[in-house]
Amino acid sequence: MTTSLNVEALRQAFPVLNQFVYNKPLVYLDNAATTQKPYSVIKRVQQYYEHENCNIHRGVHYLSQQATEAFENSRKYIAGLINASHSHEIIFTRGTTESVNLVASSLGKLLMKQGDRVLITGMEHHSNLIPWQQICHENGTQLLVARINDVGETDLDHYKYLLEQGPKIVAITHISNALGTINPVKEMIHLAHTFNIPVLVDGAQSVAHMQVDMQDLDCDFFVFSGHKVYAPMGVGVLYGKESWLEKMPPYQFGGEMVDQVSFEKTTYNSLPFKFEAGTPNVGAVLGLETALRFVEKTGFEAIAAYENELLAYGHQQLGTIEGMRFIGQAAKKAAVISFLVGNIHPYDLGTLLDKMGIAVRTGHHCAQPLMDRFQIPGTVRASFALYNTFEEIDKLTEAVRRAVTMLS
Amino acid sequence: MTIEAIQQQIIEEFSAFDDWMDKYNLLIEMGKDTPLIDAQYKTNNHLITGCQSRVWLHAKYKDGKIYFTADSDAVITKGIVNILIRVLSGQSPEDILKADLSYIDNIGLKEHLSPTRSNGLVSMIKQIKLYAQVYKLKMDN
Ligand SMILES: Cc1ncc(COP(=O)(O)O)c(C=O)c1O
Repeated sequence: MTTSLNVEALRQAFPVLNQFVYNKPLVYLDNAATTQKPYSVIKRVQQYYEHENCNIHRGVHYLSQQATEAFENSRKYIAGLINASHSHEIIFTRGTTESVNLVASSLGKLLMKQGDRVLITGMEHHSNLIPWQQICHENGTQLLVARINDVGETDLDHYKYLLEQGPKIVAITHISNALGTINPVKEMIHLAHTFNIPVLVDGAQSVAHMQVDMQDLDCDFFVFSGHKVYAPMGVGVLYGKESWLEKMPPYQFGGEMVDQVSFEKTTYNSLPFKFEAGTPNVGAVLGLETALRFVEKTGFEAIAAYENELLAYGHQQLGTIEGMRFIGQAAKKAAVISFLVGNIHPYDLGTLLDKMGIAVRTGHHCAQPLMDRFQIPGTVRASFALYNTFEEIDKLTEAVRRAVTMLS
Repeated sequence: MTIEAIQQQIIEEFSAFDDWMDKYNLLIEMGKDTPLIDAQYKTNNHLITGCQSRVWLHAKYKDGKIYFTADSDAVITKGIVNILIRVLSGQSPEDILKADLSYIDNIGLKEHLSPTRSNGLVSMIKQIKLYAQVYKLKMDN
């Protein structure tokens, strides 16, 4: 096994990893839920509150100007990193969920009328499902849902068929949090655009694992959460093409997002502020920049290559356990292994793994319709990050083996 | 037997083991104990949905006592169901309402009764107490 990452050194940068649970060294394999934070991010947030804390965009005084500049520099950096055309195409939100809700509500108002529908895939996280379902209900319709095949890939023929039904918006996940499937989003976006349908990509699971390029993907919207890419909780990003964001009505109303206000009438501020009502989470935004710089410096390609090795090794090792069933075996997969063993309930397996110091997620992973598709109550999910090791996969395998023995 | 006596019995059964694995082996054995509920009652009417595991609960009232039967699709949950039912079934509504379930802490299984665990057990206990409340009202009238 070769890798260009110095994983031992990387691990040292993550304080949470260095601890024991139930007297056993913590094996953290729940990275799809949230990633741990490196010292650099923790320190950046701390430094902000120790030396720079101030409300932004409103003070003429020194601190406020400094904080505003730092905040806007983060926006510029992120725009550059994901190759947006303009930094005002980056809107800061609370996370993926809020970003999706913003677009569903605002773009929904702009484009949808009675009888109009939204197209999603059958593997969406509830956060990229319920907001669209709600908009459909308001317009007296139901979602169009592209089918998933037996290995957990989107059925592209069915997707094309549904595009022909004339949905007004397409919302698809880049990577499935429950299966690890990497959707061919570039192709799916291109197909939707041949029908002039705008596309939102849920990038919650992709930004930590691959470089995303807005010009290359040509998506109309791309959303992600800071906390899944080594950054603090409470901050997320909505990228939107300027042409859409200019036309869309504001989502929330209040301070910061206005130009002129009287009791009769308000005119709204320009982008990106039109979509950023109220005081933002400045410290978390600065932490997000630090986290993304950390990922960029570590190298997207090196990270992806290493995580692929972990994935292959995980499949190979866990595959030696009798009765092992992988849920989701897409040809293109990110570092997520969802599995069941024999008839054992995922809750039982997860409970015993926890006792052995191994943190995995069990349950439906906020994707209940997807679990119904596979006719299972849920899965056990191990999801990897750049600091996980082959030894940890050995420990996972051994622990699963022990748990299975206990439960059989 | 009284609720306290059965609780004491269960605590003793578990206290034979220091190691978490032995404790869980015992719990799993208790979970495998067949069938805690009549198949005809394993319906959606008797289902308590937790989002991780599901629990079915049936109550029958006879001669001043309530008899519970239950089941779960997860065997560890079912083990806990078993030790709750053993204590609470066949007791009077009054005693059920008064019952202190902290014996679960004493045997080191407290985390399973945490509301954040969403395994259906907390809702099951609520449901049991609710049955007791209803039958107590009926008795009082
Ligand atoms: C694919 C996907 N979409 C959306 C979300 C929601 O993200 P958040 O809870 O950070 O808003 C998640 C995280 O659980 C996810 O994995």
